Order: sequence, then structure tokens, then C-alpha cells
Amino acid sequence: MRMNEIVPVVEMTDIAIGFPGVKALDGVDFRLFQGEVHALMGENGAGKSTLIKALTGVYAIDSGTITVLGEPKRFSTPGESQAAGISTVYQEVNLCPNLTVEENVLLGREPRRRGSIDWKGVRTRTREVLAELQLDHIDPGSLLSTHSIAVQQLIAIARSVEINAKVLILDEPTSSLDADEVRQLFRVIRDLRNRRVAILFVSHFLEQVYEISDRMTVLRNGKLVGEYLTRDLSRMSLISKMIGKDMEALAELDQAPARTRASNGAGVTPFIEAKGLGRKGSVSNVDLSIYPGEVVGLAGLLGAGRTEIARLFFGADKADEGSIKIKGAGQRIRSPRTAIDKHIGFCSEDRKEEGLIGELTVRDNLVLVMQASKGWARRIPRRVQDELVAEYIEALDIRPANPDALIKNLSGGNQQKVLLARWLVTHPELLILDEPTRGIDIGAKTQIQKLVNKLAADGMSILFISSELEEVLRVSDRVAVIKDRALVAEINNDDVSVEDVMTVIAGGAQ
Amino acid sequence: MKSLLKHRLAWPVIALAALLLLNQVFKPDFMSLRMQDGHLYGSLIDIMRNGAPTILIALGMTLVIATRGIDLSVGAVVAIAGAASCAYIAASPEPGSPVTAATAVLIAVVAALALGVWNGFLVSTIGVQPIIATLVLMTAGRGVAQLITGGQIVSVSNDSYKSIGAGYLFTLPVSILITAAVFALAAVLTRRTALGTLIEAVGINPVASRLAGLRARNIIWIVYVFSAVCAAIAGLMISSNVTAADANNAGLYIEMDAILAVVIGGTSLAGGRYTLVGTVVGAFIIQTLTTTVYTLGIPPEVTLVFKALVVITVCLLQAPKARNLLSRLKAAPKPAAQEAAKEKVAI
Repeated sequence: MRMNEIVPVVEMTDIAIGFPGVKALDGVDFRLFQGEVHALMGENGAGKSTLIKALTGVYAIDSGTITVLGEPKRFSTPGESQAAGISTVYQEVNLCPNLTVEENVLLGREPRRRGSIDWKGVRTRTREVLAELQLDHIDPGSLLSTHSIAVQQLIAIARSVEINAKVLILDEPTSSLDADEVRQLFRVIRDLRNRRVAILFVSHFLEQVYEISDRMTVLRNGKLVGEYLTRDLSRMSLISKMIGKDMEALAELDQAPARTRASNGAGVTPFIEAKGLGRKGSVSNVDLSIYPGEVVGLAGLLGAGRTEIARLFFGADKADEGSIKIKGAGQRIRSPRTAIDKHIGFCSEDRKEEGLIGELTVRDNLVLVMQASKGWARRIPRRVQDELVAEYIEALDIRPANPDALIKNLSGGNQQKVLLARWLVTHPELLILDEPTRGIDIGAKTQIQKLVNKLAADGMSILFISSELEEVLRVSDRVAVIKDRALVAEINNDDVSVEDVMTVIAGGAQ
Repeated sequence: MKSLLKHRLAWPVIALAALLLLNQVFKPDFMSLRMQDGHLYGSLIDIMRNGAPTILIALGMTLVIATRGIDLSVGAVVAIAGAASCAYIAASPEPGSPVTAATAVLIAVVAALALGVWNGFLVSTIGVQPIIATLVLMTAGRGVAQLITGGQIVSVSNDSYKSIGAGYLFTLPVSILITAAVFALAAVLTRRTALGTLIEAVGINPVASRLAGLRARNIIWIVYVFSAVCAAIAGLMISSNVTAADANNAGLYIEMDAILAVVIGGTSLAGGRYTLVGTVVGAFIIQTLTTTVYTLGIPPEVTLVFKALVVITVCLLQAPKARNLLSRLKAAPKPAAQEAAKEKVAI
């Protein structure tokens, strides 16, 4: 009995993984025990995702050993890892959106009767699992794609519960969830922990990590920093271990950048002015102006219509009602191409699907918008490309500083920086940032917030969308509150507290 | 050596070299070239000349495939190009003059431009899936070609026209020179401009490309037009070589050879990164296979199976899964044995 508790469910020793141009993991040890929530901590590019992918068989390890319940294992496919009882819920949910909830939960393990799928059994079993997680309100027969990312994630967890996984890996599970959903998720996690499931938890939200985890392993630049009991490690020492800097440097980093408010008094023409903008099935009747040098924050719950507004401004979706004026002149934004020609840029919240050209290099990705604007015939000379890329790699601290690395091999935060740089090189007048700091560590996050400040100070208009109200309030001059697919309030951001905005969102008061 | 093996072109090149060596073993004068009447002759020249139409079409196909598309209509375009030019020459008052030949070529190329625009229109503007969109022209195109020729095989006798597929210039067959020129044009067009990168961007992630302001429609149009023009040049070559247009059989199944050449060369059917050099190597492999069949004296009934085996081998060598399996088999020997092996290599 005692022996059982001492043997870790998963033990990884001296793991190394390299990609062309990148040493992702170097001599990393990791242990995971039954009935614990173990947080894997580190900045972007520290190797967290790579370690998880080594454990789940997505990447083959170059050297080192992995044992599961004392048995040495070699995972070369995700299937082998799953067979060993390791189940993963990724940051970007990897289920099939075109199948129903029940088909997703039981995919590949459908109960059978006389050789064919027992659909009644499928429904019953799905209901049971969902009920176990208190998710009864989800209709097992509905299409997965009709649910928000948050719900899809909970369905992914339901799937792992159904498998009876020994190890559950949650990679940034809370990045798309609102406070209620996080509470719901944590209840489920605690429940699973009590049932002796070993849970590996990755999150950039420090408070959540301290709330839920028992132990943590810290990585930095692909190397192991150490393994600690959560209660023994203060927040400040955790952060300094993650970024490898001492406390003073941190204190400076942590300071909220003070914003000098842009003037939008009478006589100034807004850069963009939307009146009654809307689209069937999306948002309706949006009135919103953004002045030069002003940061406007969009606050509201996930799915309230924030991204939809951004897409209308950028022409990613065509508006079918209302009008847009740019610098006082009426315009029709029919496509992203027209928006870009009017000096509007848009960083999508969905990096993988809507941002990255994964198989191309950092260089190609960084100059893509600029090149697309010039057209295919006028190639940006290699020398100019090199200069631009070097400039932005340095300015945004993109790591590795290798223009020829494939962008898919970079960590999430560094990918995000490249995507930001893609727009910055074109000097837009309005930059729409949809969740630019999601899934990014504090260091990079502060860098991006500071960058937003600087850009606005240089006269750029910025539409800033984030699920974190603190962040929206920190960077914005004005906050537009979205609720139920309509704009319900505009608040000038002087001494507004998170609670104030929450009250507006909750009450919908004008 | 190891990094060389990891290069994406490594296996296609090795396969081609192996095939050529095999031929050399069975036919000692295989590699030899000889000069006769100021023309270069030899098996290698034959392979290049006979492979020219496939290479041309495969070049166009590579760019189409890189955008996540496919062009099944190339065989039909070959037939239409041959039919149009030969019908024009046959009906013209001066069927033997160079001007007539030049006009015929122009007619074929203009027809191909129109056909490429049609394919591009269906795919990029209407949004029809490429396989369906080009299937339309694949089936309808042969009908058009038959209409042009009136269902007959149209023979022509025009020396200028004949030189496209059977002539010589600077000691080399004209068809090889034309193919080399088109390859150079494609390479310059895609790599000296940004076209290549943008084609790859559209192929890798169309959604992100649109949000980056890329005019995917224009790019898709360009690749289908280029593919059709390549097919038309191939069609001219084929009909010129036999001085006749056969609407039924010219370029029959050539789309399959072209797609195969692209895939063997290392460009994924899923779109994205492409390699023109790989495609040329792939086309050479296919053509050399045909030659090898004759050299080895393989009976005709075994020919297709032999071809299939080689193609499967090359494709497997390129598949990441098969490669992993291979490297694991190689890694299997005990460390001591590996050390010994390393030492051997060092010597």
C-alpha cells in the first residue's frame, strides 16, 4: 500500500527534445503522483508544451526515459500514450466540431450491440458522464460546434472521465473560461483528484495555480529549475524562478504602465466611427468610435459578441446593416483586403487557425501582410526583409532569434509576438487585438501591454479585447461593454474598478 | 551525410540514381552519349525527350497542388491544344509555312489561357472543389477536342511545327530546351517574386492568408492558368512529334503521371510547401522506369506491377511513418555494434 504511493504514476527522467534551430527540452526530470494536482510552470518557450507532447506521444524524445507506474514506456503516437491511461485536454480543443457531443465523448469506444453502435447506450452513457460533472444542461445530441470553446473544453474533460484516465493533462484549460466556468472546472478537478487521478495542470493564471495545485515543477528555457510544494513557494519566488530574474527586476516589470489619456474632445475626428453596425446572427446596432491615439477596450463575457465586432470592423465578416466612417468619410469594408488598405490591422484570438502559416518561417510570417499588400509581383527584397525581421525580433524579444525557424516550432507567446510584428511592420492606424495575451506568460504579457501603450502614444488607435477585465482596465482609455451581442455601455476609464464593469455586465444598466 | 539524407529531395534523387545504375548494369552503354549529324543521341537524351510532356504538366500541377488544388483537366487540354493547332494547319491555305505553324501555336496557347481561366473561375470565384471543377473539363474537354477534329485523326505536314516535338537546336532536342525554359520560367516566376511564398501560404492556411489580406483568388487563378498553358505546350509537343492530333488518345492518363511525379518529388497533396526540382526528379523517375522495363526485358504483362512496386517504394521512403520505422530498425542493434559501425564510417 505504502509502496504504491511512493511509485509515481508518471516519471520522466533526463528528457531531451530538439527541433531544427531550437533545443526545446534539455535534461528535464518530471514526476507525477496519484491524487495530486501538479502544476507545470514556466514562461512561453520554457518547454511546458513540449514536455506535455513528449508525455502524450506527439513528439518522440531524443533521449531520456519515461515510466508509467514503474514500467518503462516509449510513446511514439498519441494512441500509445492514451492506452497507458494518459488523457489530454489541449489549449486548442481537439475534438471533432462536426460531430455531436455524445459522438465526441464516446468516439472510438461506442457501446455496441450485435456489432453495430448502440445509440441508445451512447446517449445514456453520455448523460451519465455529463451528470457526473454536473453538466446536465448540455444536450448530448447537439453538434459540438454549436457550443462555446469553454463548453467544448468541458466536453473534452468529460471524454477523459469516460475513459477512466489515470492521468489527466489540462493544458491552459482556463484561458477561455469565465469565472463561473473556472469554478465549475475546479470542482471537477478536485473531484477527480479525490478519485486518485493524477492531474497535470498548466496555466498562466498564478492565482488559479495556487488555488488548485498541490505541487509544481518549474521549467526555464527548456531546462528544469526545480520541483516544489505549492504551499512552500511564494508567488514572488515562483515568478523569479520562472523568469530567472531577481525581485527588483520583477517589481519593475509588475508595475502597471501608467497611461496618459488620449484627448478625444470636440473637434477631433475619430479614426473610425461605426453607426448601427450589425450582421444577421452576429451582433446588432453597434455604435463605436475610436480616436487616434486612443485605446478602447471591449469588455464582456466570452461569446458576448466581442470577436464579432472586431471581425465586422476588419471586414472578416461583412456587415449587413449600419455604416462605417473612416476619418470622417463613409466607407464600405468588404473584406480584410479593403480593411488593410484603409490601414486597419487585426490580430485574431485564434492563433493557430487564423494567424499562423505554420509551415513557413518566422521571416515569411512576419512580412506576410506587407507582402500581400504589395502584391505577388513586387517581392520585398531579401535585404529589407532581413532588416525588418531583425528589428522586430529584437524589439519584441522573439525567441529563438532565428528568422529561419519554422513558426510552428515556436512557443505560443513567441508566435503571438511574430503575429503582432506582422501588423506592426505595416504601420496600421487602427490595430484590433483580440485576446493578444491569452495563454502567454507574465513577462510577455507585460511586454505586450507596454507595447500597446507605446503604440497609442505614437498615435495609433487600438481596439483591445481581453477576457481579463484587469488587463482591459489597465490599458484602455475607454471601455465598451458588450452583453448579449450588443453594446450596452461605454465607460470612460478613470478610476473604474473591475467591480464597476462587472456590475454593468451583470446588470446591463445603460 | 546524415543531414544530407534528411533533405527532402534525398530519396527521390537516390531512387533515380539507383534506377539509372540498374540500367547501366544491364546495358553497359546506357549512359553513353554520341554525336551524330550534329545531334546528341543516347538513352539519357531519350528519357529526357520522352519525359518532356510529363515534366511540363507536372510543373504546372505542382503549383496547383501547392494551393491545395488539383488539375485533372490537363490531359483534355493536351488533346484540345493538339486538335486546335493541327486543325488550323490542315485547314489553312499554306499548310507548310512557318507563319501557319506560329499561328497554330498561338491559337493553342490562347485556348489554354481560356481553359485555365475557366478552371480558375470555378475554383476561386464559384468555390467548386478543385477535383470536381477540373473533372468538368477533363470529361468535356475530350469532347471539345473531338468536335474540333471532327472525330478524325488530323495529320499535318509542316516542318516548323514538327520541330517542336522532333526537332533539334544546339545539338539538343527542341522539346528538352522548351521544357528547360518553362522550368526556368516557373522557378523565376515563383522564387524571384513573392508568388511562391504566397502560393504556399494559401495552401498551408487559407483562412489566415485571407485575414493577412492575401488575394487568394488571383493566386489560384494564376496557378490554374499556368497549369493549362503547360498542358497546352505539352499537347503541341505530343502532336508535333507524331505530326497528328488524336483527340481520343493524346495525353490520355497523363494527369495521373503528372500527379505521381509531383508526389514522388516530395510535394504533399495536402498543399503547402512545394519543390519544382523534386517534381522534375519525380517525372524523370517515372520516365526512367518505362525505359528500364525495356532494358531489363521485362515481359509486358509484368510491366505495370514492376512500375507499381518502384512507385510504392519511393512513396514509402518519403512517408514520415515509414522513415521512423526504418530509423528504429537501424537503432535496434546493440550500442557496441553501433560504436563499431560508427568507426567504420569514420575510416
